[in-house]
Amino acid sequence: MSTAAPPADWHRLDPRTVLVTALVVAGVVAGAAVPTTLGLAGWLGLPAAVLWVLAAAVLVIGAAAGADRVRWHRTRYRIGPERVDLHTGLLIVKRRSLARGRIRTVDLTANPMLRLLGLVTVRIGTGEQGSESTLELDPVTRAEGERLRRVLLERAVTAPAGVHREGELAVLDPRWIRYAPVSFVAPMLGGAAAGAVLQVSDWVGARADVIAWIGDRFRETPLLWTIVALVLAALVSGVVGALGLWIEMWWNYRLEREPGGTLRVRRGLFTSRSISVEEARLRGVDLVEPLGVRLFGAARLDAVTTGLAKDHEARNADHNTLLPAAPRKRADVVAADVLREAVAPTGAALTPHPRAARGRRLRWALAAALGPVLLLALLGALLTPVLLWIALGCAAVAVPVAVVLALDAYRGLGHALSGRYLVTRSGTVRRSTAALERAGVIGWTVKQSVFQRRAGLLSVTATTAAGGGAYTAYDADASEGLTFAAEAVPGLLEPFLERGAPSSGP
Amino acid sequence: MTEGEGTAVRLRPPRNTLDGRAVGWWRTQWLLLTAAPVVPLVVLGALIAPARFWLLLPAAVLAAAGTATAVLLPLWWFRTHRWEITEEAVYVRTGYFRQEWRIAPMSRIQTVDTVRGPLEQLFRLATVTVTTASAKGAVRIEGLDHEVAADLARRLTRITRDTPGDAT
Repeated sequence: MSTAAPPADWHRLDPRTVLVTALVVAGVVAGAAVPTTLGLAGWLGLPAAVLWVLAAAVLVIGAAAGADRVRWHRTRYRIGPERVDLHTGLLIVKRRSLARGRIRTVDLTANPMLRLLGLVTVRIGTGEQGSESTLELDPVTRAEGERLRRVLLERAVTAPAGVHREGELAVLDPRWIRYAPVSFVAPMLGGAAAGAVLQVSDWVGARADVIAWIGDRFRETPLLWTIVALVLAALVSGVVGALGLWIEMWWNYRLEREPGGTLRVRRGLFTSRSISVEEARLRGVDLVEPLGVRLFGAARLDAVTTGLAKDHEARNADHNTLLPAAPRKRADVVAADVLREAVAPTGAALTPHPRAARGRRLRWALAAALGPVLLLALLGALLTPVLLWIALGCAAVAVPVAVVLALDAYRGLGHALSGRYLVTRSGTVRRSTAALERAGVIGWTVKQSVFQRRAGLLSVTATTAAGGGAYTAYDADASEGLTFAAEAVPGLLEPFLERGAPSSGP
Repeated sequence: MTEGEGTAVRLRPPRNTLDGRAVGWWRTQWLLLTAAPVVPLVVLGALIAPARFWLLLPAAVLAAAGTATAVLLPLWWFRTHRWEITEEAVYVRTGYFRQEWRIAPMSRIQTVDTVRGPLEQLFRLATVTVTTASAKGAVRIEGLDHEVAADLARRLTRITRDTPGDAT
């Protein structure tokens, strides 16, 4: 335990990390211990099984805590005038050093355990690709985390001052929770709940009992209603889960602009998260309207920034969300505030795409819907007429749905220039209206298939270092799309264009 | 927009074609690709007398199709693949069924790679890949004369080094 005190400017992590690790591992071990004990009990007898599992648990927890103690002992970090250094590693010493000028994000996360102890995990990123560019301090005290965030993101004020308000841009409106059940999370959680019931009952060897019990409930009911009831039950549990998840994720949500040009999102009921986005890295916003949410007139707002959500830790989808699903008008207002614009580019009137694009979408939708139906019908003709009826049923359901989605997808298509931004919109299940800063466009890709050529269409893609890397106006009118791209970034596309007499194809 | 109705705007083809040896390079690639299934079939056909016909027939069909493709298609590809470097941008066109034009401005280029595979070395050709900060904006020019490629890479590297900023 004799630890040579580190030099003055080197800091240690908080020593309570050992306690946290021990408790977390204990929790995991407890979760694994129950099924293991039950499994072993049939083989060794209950008391022996409990003893064995307890002994193993103590060993595992002890080992984990010990390893973490060593890690704590060997980890130190330094905030120098030029660089941030981190030395860490259990067996091999890893030294990582980031230039302070390159640091773009400082994110604080605290799960309930860390919060109870007043600790946070700090993630310092340069926004380059790969995990090599991220430093993680796990954990430090909350005060130290806030200090690091302030010190590392403090810059000379470069943003145009006074154009737009600083401070709070949006806070949570609890009524937004009404959009939680219509997201795609609800059915997924419902399915997961049904799966979990079967899995747990399998651990205790009672899966057959559970299925028999459900069968008993519905002995008098026709099969169709049984299925409807079970699906409803799964959906209800999914909705409850989605509400719970929403509360955990978005409680205490605030979007703020801090002096020095940083946007900060804070949120979370149990696990609190603080995500900072340097405005110099912001290249636009993406207004995302998943189908269910869109039907209720709401939209989510994502940041389009360079160097965010690229390493494994940050890949979860909510990392760059600036605003959860909220009424569309509110989302537009927040978009305008975030971009320091008077009017939100995401609300701009878009140029619709030619009708030929609608035909293409209808053909794709019908092909996708009728492909399986034809296969079923073919099998039905060869094997059994029952399949023919199933094919008919599928066609009756799938074709209208496909046609409606195709028409909606066509209606969604559009592009426009709005002030400093170019706007593209596409998608039906997940409609995305992306406003990308024209100065952030770092190239163009124009694609045209043979079919598009015949219909006088093409797809124009603006490539960028930010967000998804490319934003596309699909199936735009050939001439109009190229003119749009040429105007969006003056001088780049112009030298490669030729203007000719009206032409209808090659 | 600014253009009146009736004026069609098109992308013009880039100025330069690839090196003429690219045709030979593509042909060799296709012939090797064809040989991969044909040679084993022929060898097996020679060894297994009872199945000889059913082994040699597909071999002959494949060989004929592969050779015809190797002779004809590269001539066409040679016409569709074009490239151009101006003071401001790299401009490349590829494909026919899915035609694709890529434009990367000089000021946003991050790296310039020159790659020469074994076959390319044989034909004294090289592939130049120009990447920008976008994950989806890379521009590839395949089948350049290796000296032209080296020259190009040097020029592009010099220009990008002289451009300030981190190209995002």
